[in-house]
Amino acid sequence: MPWFEDIRIGSRTELGSHTFTAEEIIAFARKYDPQYFHVDEEAAKAGPFGGLTASGWHTSATWMKLMIRARQGAKEPLDADGRQPPSGGPSPGFLEMKWPAPVRPGDTVTYASEVIGKIDMKTRPGWGIVRSLNTGVNQRGEPVLSFIGQGLVQRRQARNV
Amino acid sequence: MTLTSGDIFARAFFCMAVLRHSPQTGKLPAKLNGGTGGMKEPKYYWEDFRVGEVAEFGEKTVSKEEIIEFASEFDPQPFHLDEEAGRQSILGGLCASGWHSCAMMMRLICDAYLLETASMGAPGVDEVRWKKPVYAGDTIRLRRTCLERRPSRSRPEMGLTRFRLELVNQKGEVALSSEGWAMYGRRHPGAPVEA
Repeated sequence: MPWFEDIRIGSRTELGSHTFTAEEIIAFARKYDPQYFHVDEEAAKAGPFGGLTASGWHTSATWMKLMIRARQGAKEPLDADGRQPPSGGPSPGFLEMKWPAPVRPGDTVTYASEVIGKIDMKTRPGWGIVRSLNTGVNQRGEPVLSFIGQGLVQRRQARNV
Repeated sequence: MTLTSGDIFARAFFCMAVLRHSPQTGKLPAKLNGGTGGMKEPKYYWEDFRVGEVAEFGEKTVSKEEIIEFASEFDPQPFHLDEEAGRQSILGGLCASGWHSCAMMMRLICDAYLLETASMGAPGVDEVRWKKPVYAGDTIRLRRTCLERRPSRSRPEMGLTRFRLELVNQKGEVALSSEGWAMYGRRHPGAPVEA
């Protein structure tokens, strides 16, 4: 990905789409979120969403999957001095995760990420934090995911502190 | 009376997610299917979560294999896939994807109480902080603190509760901290309650 200095607020990346199958919804939920409306198609019909739905964490983790894929597909050119721009760094966490509508088997969710802020780090002069608004929308245009993500990105040049 | 953001949030969720998409949700199912096969009465209702109560649950040791398995599918970055790459990275060792930590916390919540609770879902999570990496071999447990609660004004059969949920490692360090509202069925719909 680009160096911290080269990331522009307002830039938007389309991350592509993922179609959720009943099998993968159930497989994820059996491991991590075995509430009956995520693992049992029959019982889910009488549940809060009237049918099987994906765990919100499954919807969110799939955003990450497509984000990594998008990054790997967009290799940055080398700097003039031959340096390789950085790969992604870790994240301190996220804010305002919302799952406004359920994801059901057969739904296709299209994900995107838009840079909304850049923050200097006091403790790590070689890094900055990039904030992004991340979204997922289903095939009917309904939002199914939104959250503010944060990621550490290396600077080309460490800040003087 | 003031509406908190949680209020508005929860209401918006209900309009959007529940009423529009599944009108039958107005009713809490009388029985739960707790993922164990049999239908049963919920053990815990909204009334059972009291503000200020702190409870700890479970314990799970996180293996290298499961870290790599999750990361291979959802977060294939070198520090989640390879021990040497982890050591060389800013994180200092092979560690779980933050999304894996969230998923493991969800499983601890399910096993600790949620599958036996009159749960009515959650609109999201206000905040998650990944404060320390969860390294291969770490043993994590769940700490739940009840921060706030209130009955739903529009739906007497439902109450809302805001929990702080934390993953604590074997050294007593908080690896993950989160806060958010969730909805639960009430044992005594509409009954007066203390704050």
